[in-house]
Amino acid sequence: MKTIAFKNSIPQNLKRTALLATAAILLMACSNDDDGDNPEPVEEEETITTMTVTLAPTDGETVTLLSKDLDGDGPNAPEITISGNLSADTSYTGSIVLLNETESPAENITTEIMEEDDEHQFFFSVTGSLTGTSYMDTDGDGNPVGLSFTLTTGAAGDGSLAVTLRHQPKKPNDGTLADAGGETDIAQTFDITVE
Amino acid sequence: MLVIVLVNCPYLVAQNCTNVLSGTIIDFHDRTPLVGATVQVAGNANVVLSDFEGNFSLGSLCDGIYELEISHPECSTKFVKIDVQGDTSEKITLEHHLEELDEVKVVGDAVSDATNTAQEKTLRIDDLERYSAGSLGDALKQISGVNSLNTGANIVKPVIQGLNGSRVLILNNGVRMHDMEWGDEHAPNVDINAVDHVSVIKGAAALKYGGDAIGGLILMEPARIPAKDSLYGKTLLTGATNGRGGNITTELTKAYKSGWFAKGQASFKRYGDFEAPDYVLSNTGASELGVSIGLGKHDFVWGWDANYSYFDTDIAILRASDIGNTDDLIRAINGREPLIVRDFEYAINKPRQEVTHHLAKLGFYRRFEGLGKWNLQYDFQHNQRFEFDIRVGDDREKASIDLRLATHSLSTDFKIDAKRDFILNFGLMGLYQNNFANPDTGVRRLIPDYDKYDVGAFATLEYTVSNTLLLDAGMRYDFNYIEAKKFYRTSRWEERGYDVEFPDLVIEDLGTQLLTNPKFEYHNLSATVGMQYQVSNDTELRFNYALAQRAPNPSELFSDGLHHSAARIELGDLRIESETSKKLSLSIQKEGNTWGYNISPYANFITNFIVLEPTGVEFNIRGAFPVWTYRQTTARLLGLDTNLYSQWTDHWRTDHKFSIVNGKDTDLERPLINIPAVNLNNSISYANPVWKDFKITLESQYIFRQNEFPPNIMVFSPEQGQEVLLDINTPPEAYHLVALDTSFKIPLNKRNTLSVGLTVNNLLNQSYRDYLNRLRYYADDLGRNFLIRLKLNY
Repeated sequence: MKTIAFKNSIPQNLKRTALLATAAILLMACSNDDDGDNPEPVEEEETITTMTVTLAPTDGETVTLLSKDLDGDGPNAPEITISGNLSADTSYTGSIVLLNETESPAENITTEIMEEDDEHQFFFSVTGSLTGTSYMDTDGDGNPVGLSFTLTTGAAGDGSLAVTLRHQPKKPNDGTLADAGGETDIAQTFDITVE
Repeated sequence: MLVIVLVNCPYLVAQNCTNVLSGTIIDFHDRTPLVGATVQVAGNANVVLSDFEGNFSLGSLCDGIYELEISHPECSTKFVKIDVQGDTSEKITLEHHLEELDEVKVVGDAVSDATNTAQEKTLRIDDLERYSAGSLGDALKQISGVNSLNTGANIVKPVIQGLNGSRVLILNNGVRMHDMEWGDEHAPNVDINAVDHVSVIKGAAALKYGGDAIGGLILMEPARIPAKDSLYGKTLLTGATNGRGGNITTELTKAYKSGWFAKGQASFKRYGDFEAPDYVLSNTGASELGVSIGLGKHDFVWGWDANYSYFDTDIAILRASDIGNTDDLIRAINGREPLIVRDFEYAINKPRQEVTHHLAKLGFYRRFEGLGKWNLQYDFQHNQRFEFDIRVGDDREKASIDLRLATHSLSTDFKIDAKRDFILNFGLMGLYQNNFANPDTGVRRLIPDYDKYDVGAFATLEYTVSNTLLLDAGMRYDFNYIEAKKFYRTSRWEERGYDVEFPDLVIEDLGTQLLTNPKFEYHNLSATVGMQYQVSNDTELRFNYALAQRAPNPSELFSDGLHHSAARIELGDLRIESETSKKLSLSIQKEGNTWGYNISPYANFITNFIVLEPTGVEFNIRGAFPVWTYRQTTARLLGLDTNLYSQWTDHWRTDHKFSIVNGKDTDLERPLINIPAVNLNNSISYANPVWKDFKITLESQYIFRQNEFPPNIMVFSPEQGQEVLLDINTPPEAYHLVALDTSFKIPLNKRNTLSVGLTVNNLLNQSYRDYLNRLRYYADDLGRNFLIRLKLNY
């Protein structure tokens, strides 16, 4: 007799549990995120829209190379502006500033690169009348970064400077992109006339 | 206690016992009289039988309550209490054709097909348990004609006869999964350990579940619970050498004779980095937790159940696949080794995905005498997806994608099965869905905020013409309404030509961005007709024609942005319309004792077929990026799935599978992208039930090279300063894999059995890459893997 009474009481417990579970499910189902308002726009934070490379000779006119792409990942390609021609057989001190101009005021990304300089490196490659580059700065481990560098020119003619910023490259590396690996944050090429 | 008192009652009260109880026994379903049913008063040896009209009579009864036991060979035995006051007459219904009523079936019984005329295949628990530590997509590849689209080893999307994603519906315990299935790198959020059997229906023939299953349907069903007092469960432990992890799953079910039941199940999976034959696949680990609980009461006439399941997965994505631009992609494709290989670790680092899925379901049914069965179901799903990319500065720990998808759906259907040769099923479905894209990511939304409403109605008819011929037909109508609030870059809005075509959609101009409010409606019609012909005892012929329409998913409409992890820009199109598939499928099947086969050819003609393909390049400050655009075209898929088995002796058996599919874009006269390669699978097995149910299988799998693929694209490489060919579509070489599987069972005592299994995948440690693995550009697939399974039933 006792066992029968026990068996009958279990479905009662189940019934109560079932009701509780049902209530819980219904309550859960009634909550949702819809508030009917317009969503807020997203301004991309770590986008780099603008790179300015300033080339200053010890004596003479400073030249700026500008690459600007305000629509970021949008369909428009970056606009490239070069302020003037470089002088032949001259050594220039280069410095790089990166901005996110989708934000107002523009966010300076250069400082983020400086803070994480062990995870970043610029790579330069030159052709034609541009004859060479060398690094002027190092990270905490003594490896090059490239926010400041030198650029030398040869005889008058045409040339190009390609600037690539890699995130999480192998450091140290042999100075080539192939050896460095990592992800590309910037890859721009400037066609420059040397006179 | 109550029952015993009632039954004893008549014998306790002394009185004049001359009453006659007369009654009629009829079939619950079609109200026909039941002949030859035995009627017996409980505790009394007297038995009477019902006559041709189903009538019976019992004499010499006292006033009081009697319990009668009524049984019939084709019905389940029933106990009825009858209050006898003088001569009494009573109508008694019995539940006929027991074999069709799944609620009262016991565990281990045959699983009936979900369709009569479509190509269909079911995997049972034994087939699934071998993949306990894998995923649904891995297990389904056992079926000829089912492949998978992978992103590494952990993200496995089923491909049915060449189609995947939104074209493949997954029904988890009767609930259609809404888990952002639109993305190539979004795996189904289901726990393979929570189900007892999985059926794959190759096509849109099961209209009850949806009309848009242009690829097919996957029905995941839990085990049936017997209506008897019992408590049982199992625990299954799997360990794997590759990934140095495994899975544990456990479940427990309590059932009562009264129909009450409660069950619970949980599984946990953990892996570290997987390994290719030559190197570690750095950052490919995973962690997965699945929990499900359910309870309810399943009576014959009515029943209800409540189920809740939770699924949480954290998946690391191959580190070397996170790249910056086209030049990085070119370097990855040309390099034979991943660009980043580190030592093995368990940590799940960025890039990674973290997805949780809640599913709650309430079901109710009621049977009506002489008519049929009514079902009502409400379900709720909540899917939260985070994707973490490698980011810099303050955003380092922030997700790049943070989407929340909530879906409510209510469905009801009525099945009229009173006539045995004629079954009519009709129903209605309503759905509300809300997607919220969290702006705190600091990354422009890939998928916008939207609300979606669906309403559907269906009717299907099954007509058994004779013992050998069955016909079926069905129709379904679905209405979809989607309303989104989406920001477009003004430059993108203009580049797409939307400023000309959809100027009215703009509700706010923010200068560089536009807030738009697209509202679209889709009307979709689906229909199916088919036949099943029993050629002989073991041979069956099935033919099915299915018309199906599918509305575009949010990704196809709204995608707009850079997929950082894939280094590609994906662009949806607001102009995309529903796609329409017309599929013919035939299947000839023999299931004999010594040999059998299944030959299933099909042809699928799709108009407005939505494809995502690389179409060009866009430039930004980071360089050049391939652009993948959704477009619509006319497509044709022709294919053949075959199986053959031969039982050579009592112990030896061989199995052979072959499948081929050809997908063509008939507008552009060129092959479709991501069509599975031809594959051939042969295995030889030895089984001996006397030796502790010992089984061993050696399997060979040969995947041909896919020779049909769309052309590669030319891109400008800033690094190389010239146009180069981006080898993005070229498939990898053919490969051959060998696997070994063995198992045996040790009975521990009367109730408990320990099953032990050992599987070796990629036995020869072959290096290979698969065309349908999205990480094939970056690394080889998995090397040799030993898996040990221990299962305890109790």
